Amino acid sequence: MDSDAELVHRLRSGDERAFTGLVEHYHQPMLQLAASFVPNRAVAEEVVQDTWLAVLRGLDGFEGRSSLKTWLFRILVNRARSTGTREQRSVPVADPEPAVDPSRFDGSGGWSDPPEHWIEAAEGRVEAGKRAHRVRAWIDELPARQREVVLLRDVEGMSSEEVCAILALTEGNQRVLLHRGRSRLRQLFEDEYREVR
Amino acid sequence: MRLFTFHSVFHRPDVVCQQAVELVTDYLEGTLSRAARRRFEAHLAGCPHCTEYLAQMRETIKLTGQLTPEDLTPQMRAEFTDLYRRWRSEQP
Repeated sequence: MDSDAELVHRLRSGDERAFTGLVEHYHQPMLQLAASFVPNRAVAEEVVQDTWLAVLRGLDGFEGRSSLKTWLFRILVNRARSTGTREQRSVPVADPEPAVDPSRFDGSGGWSDPPEHWIEAAEGRVEAGKRAHRVRAWIDELPARQREVVLLRDVEGMSSEEVCAILALTEGNQRVLLHRGRSRLRQLFEDEYREVR
Repeated sequence: MRLFTFHSVFHRPDVVCQQAVELVTDYLEGTLSRAARRRFEAHLAGCPHCTEYLAQMRETIKLTGQLTPEDLTPQMRAEFTDLYRRWRSEQP
């Protein structure tokens, strides 16, 4: 994709394909992210539609202090928050949520049921499209706050600083949510692709 | 659950597997203290299961990062083109 400055210039000067290209790139992740703040899919779609309009209307105010992507997601999250009913959610970081089921360890904390191999199977056996479909569904099933962090960090590849700013999280809470989300996904990969013994 | 027993925390600086899996993200994010990082790596050096676990976490991150958005349907493309045109027509 073009540099942000170039893209903004094309958007301002009437390049329809620049806009549909941007939508193609971000519509789905925006929808996925919005869905974790609002009660249902229809509302999430409305929020995303509103966001695109707000993005266009705000283009002249975009100063490039953050990346265009961060700016888009920030607008989205602000709108989703003000629309959503869960804006008061606290981060339940104090609740213990082990990365691995405790029953897989023995009394001294060593593995009694060690991780089963799945990396080669996940990469080789399945068609990438089918795998992507599954992974997307797994992400949708993560608890909302974990999903938000995993989407922005691991799917969109943003830095922890960007994600903390967009989601109004402390670095520590962001890391806990990321850890839990990734740990759950790892377990789902293991369940799905472990070698048959 | 005996995650942090008196024995393991105060008498033995060694990390046990059940602790190691909780340190993976801090390790990958580079937020462990130097001493904690050394203990974590020392554990990995002697534990093939946790080494495998770390590789699986890296793989999880890699595969999650390979997700690409699906193509817009022709109908959505038309709707967004429309939205863009409406915005353009609002412009002075």
